[in-house]
Amino acid sequence: MLTAEQQRAAAQSLRAAEDARAPIAALTETYADIDVVDAYEIQLVNIRRRLEEGSLIRGHKVGLSAKAMQQMLGVHEPDYGHLLDHMFVDEGAAIEAGRFCQPRAEIEVAFVLGRPLQGPGVTMADVVRATDYVLPSIEIVDSRLADWKIKIQDTIADNASSAALVLGGRPTRLHDIDPALIGANLRKNGEIVETGCSGAVLGNPAIAVAWLANKVAQFGVALEPGHVIMPGSCTRMVPVAAGDHIRADFDVLGAVAVSFT
Amino acid sequence: MSAAITACADLVESAVAHRTAMGRLTEQHALTLDDGYAVQDEVARRRLARGERVVGAKLGLTSPAKQQQMQVAEPVYGRLFSGGLHPANEPVRVDTLIHPRVEPEIVLIIGQRLAGPGVSAADVLAATDWVCCGLEVIDSRYADFSFTAADVVADNTSEAKVVVGPAMHRPDGLDLSLIGLLLEVDGVQVATATGAATMGHPAEATAMLANFLGARGEAIEPGWMVFTGGLTAAVPLAAGHHVTATFGHLGSVTVRGV
Repeated sequence: MLTAEQQRAAAQSLRAAEDARAPIAALTETYADIDVVDAYEIQLVNIRRRLEEGSLIRGHKVGLSAKAMQQMLGVHEPDYGHLLDHMFVDEGAAIEAGRFCQPRAEIEVAFVLGRPLQGPGVTMADVVRATDYVLPSIEIVDSRLADWKIKIQDTIADNASSAALVLGGRPTRLHDIDPALIGANLRKNGEIVETGCSGAVLGNPAIAVAWLANKVAQFGVALEPGHVIMPGSCTRMVPVAAGDHIRADFDVLGAVAVSFT
Repeated sequence: MSAAITACADLVESAVAHRTAMGRLTEQHALTLDDGYAVQDEVARRRLARGERVVGAKLGLTSPAKQQQMQVAEPVYGRLFSGGLHPANEPVRVDTLIHPRVEPEIVLIIGQRLAGPGVSAADVLAATDWVCCGLEVIDSRYADFSFTAADVVADNTSEAKVVVGPAMHRPDGLDLSLIGLLLEVDGVQVATATGAATMGHPAEATAMLANFLGARGEAIEPGWMVFTGGLTAAVPLAAGHHVTATFGHLGSVTVRGV
């Protein structure tokens, strides 16, 4: 457990790393005693600062929702981060790779809520009822910690390694699909480099949304209508750099693409 | 036929009959890939003479990663025999095999003869009566599944048993490269993929097979099932455990080991 002063200092150094695109040493190296509660508080310090600067919360992301990622970090639970308005990139747009420290791409089934979800006790049935539609999406994750050498406390403090997201514009209602069985192919510069399935996320991405609603309820927060929930990636993440074109093709949902300059 | 081909066919048949893994044939004989196919052809000739029937074909080494690892530029082909057909709800007795593993695959049931050259993925889909999900139980006759491309071809690409899922679907309107797959062992997810994991599309893999067979004066025959290539790494099948593959659109199929 850190002191409030240490939490503020850690938040400050993460924000400075993001602004300068200059990763810093893992917080778990600098602060040996940092725990998960500290990490969420550090995340919230920086989110509150963003809100004071005029940013808007437009949703949340669930991280560490794939079994492979949980095993890699030795954890048994996902984590979450905030999605702010400046993170949304237009479909088909070109973004500067220089905006990020060490970006990687993930492909996800994005949930858009039509009704609020207030935990505790949110179930799969509540998620299905509350979801207006799903969209094909690409998430650009980034770590402000050097070489992505992260433990769970590091990524939580770093807003769950959020950076940007791209939403495809074609909505699909959950009534028409099995959200666990959406095949997804990730193309980098035209080549299929990863294949996967939406059920890679906790068996079903709707379970990740329910987990999120119940988790944020511990902080007195509800998921709001219109919010976008990124439940986690169908495939492994892929490093991206200037000149790369990333395209995600989803069964039934369609495709979404983004370029890096 | 050279004495070496006959000797290798004897070794493969003996390993199957005694359920005993052997060393690589290529350590004893300088086999080319063509020699590997000659060994496979000879073992097939003997099995047909004993009353088995060819019911289809299978593709191996269909992912770029496996091709690179085995230093081959294209997938390898094996035959599916009547003796390997396994009913969907019967357990597999693992002691009848050496070290079985399971691979999830998309299966095409072909209605019209396909022989290269010039067979395209579109030709394959037009000739496909049904698409099913399947699990292939593979069993290498080589110790530790350690082999070269020529070895695995001589061993009929590790062919052992095939299980076809219970639901049949027309290929119309399905994009087989986007069929999602969840693979579970004892109910725990171990891998996910899509149909694109085999040569980018199962029909592309099958077209390659038809062109390969055409060059040998053979064809994919009407009624054959084509196991189009494993979509994930193979998982071991042990007694008391079960493997389930659940596919988008195509349903699910389970193999249980006893």
